[in-house]
Amino acid sequence: MESMGSAAIFYATAAVVLGSALYVVVGRNLVHSAFALVAAFFGVAVFYVYLGADFLAGAQVLIYVGGILTLLLFGVMLTNRIYNLNLRSGAIQVVPGALSAGLVFALLVWIIQSVDWGAMDSGDPGPTSESIGRLLVGDYLLPFEIASVLLLIALMGAAMLVRRRGSS
Amino acid sequence: MIPLEHYLYISAALFSLGVFGVLTRRNAVNVLMSIELIFNSANINLVAFSRFVEGALGGQVFALLVIVIAACEAAVALAIVMSLYRVMKNVNLDEAAELKG
Repeated sequence: MESMGSAAIFYATAAVVLGSALYVVVGRNLVHSAFALVAAFFGVAVFYVYLGADFLAGAQVLIYVGGILTLLLFGVMLTNRIYNLNLRSGAIQVVPGALSAGLVFALLVWIIQSVDWGAMDSGDPGPTSESIGRLLVGDYLLPFEIASVLLLIALMGAAMLVRRRGSS
Repeated sequence: MIPLEHYLYISAALFSLGVFGVLTRRNAVNVLMSIELIFNSANINLVAFSRFVEGALGGQVFALLVIVIAACEAAVALAIVMSLYRVMKNVNLDEAAELKG
């Protein structure tokens, strides 16, 4: 009975994620789209909890909702005139776009159905932060260091790109 | 429990919605939001496979790196959008065709 309730919550979350994702891509108001994206990110964090990835769920909320989304909202606010309160975003080439996206979806569904994944639920792995930390400074040390350098480069590059020319 | 395929279907739907957004939106910031949806769908796949394959926590590490790279991408892309806005006074991607021959 408990697992039925948990499954119901899972599918409700899936509906929320897909619904808000749909609003992000078809909604007319940019700020509303950004807030629909918050719902989608939170829903994905719920999926991570279902998959037993507790550390990733926290990271998702902190980085995506706390960081990237704030950045995107800044982007919306700074690239539209403030007096222009209806921040509209039009759509172009809707029919070819829908056709391509539908084709991609059909292809993915076909692949998922035709492959025998033979997957067994390996059970709840328990708290993962310790093992992820050990992996990051062990097996995955090089990707970890490259990611740090990439973050530094992105930081400096972004600062340089938006600097006004000739104001050193 | 939820079978692996259901995660894959949700991820596929999220990916297709993101592709649709990238192809059809005019506003550059809205295209960025759609790209974030695509990142998230890939992450769901990574984490789902790391759960359903015995003892493979590497998928979660990969997902973590994807989140980091998504942050980098958002920062640099928004800087480019700001520069574009300074030049064009709007961020409609279909009007940014100065380099078109």
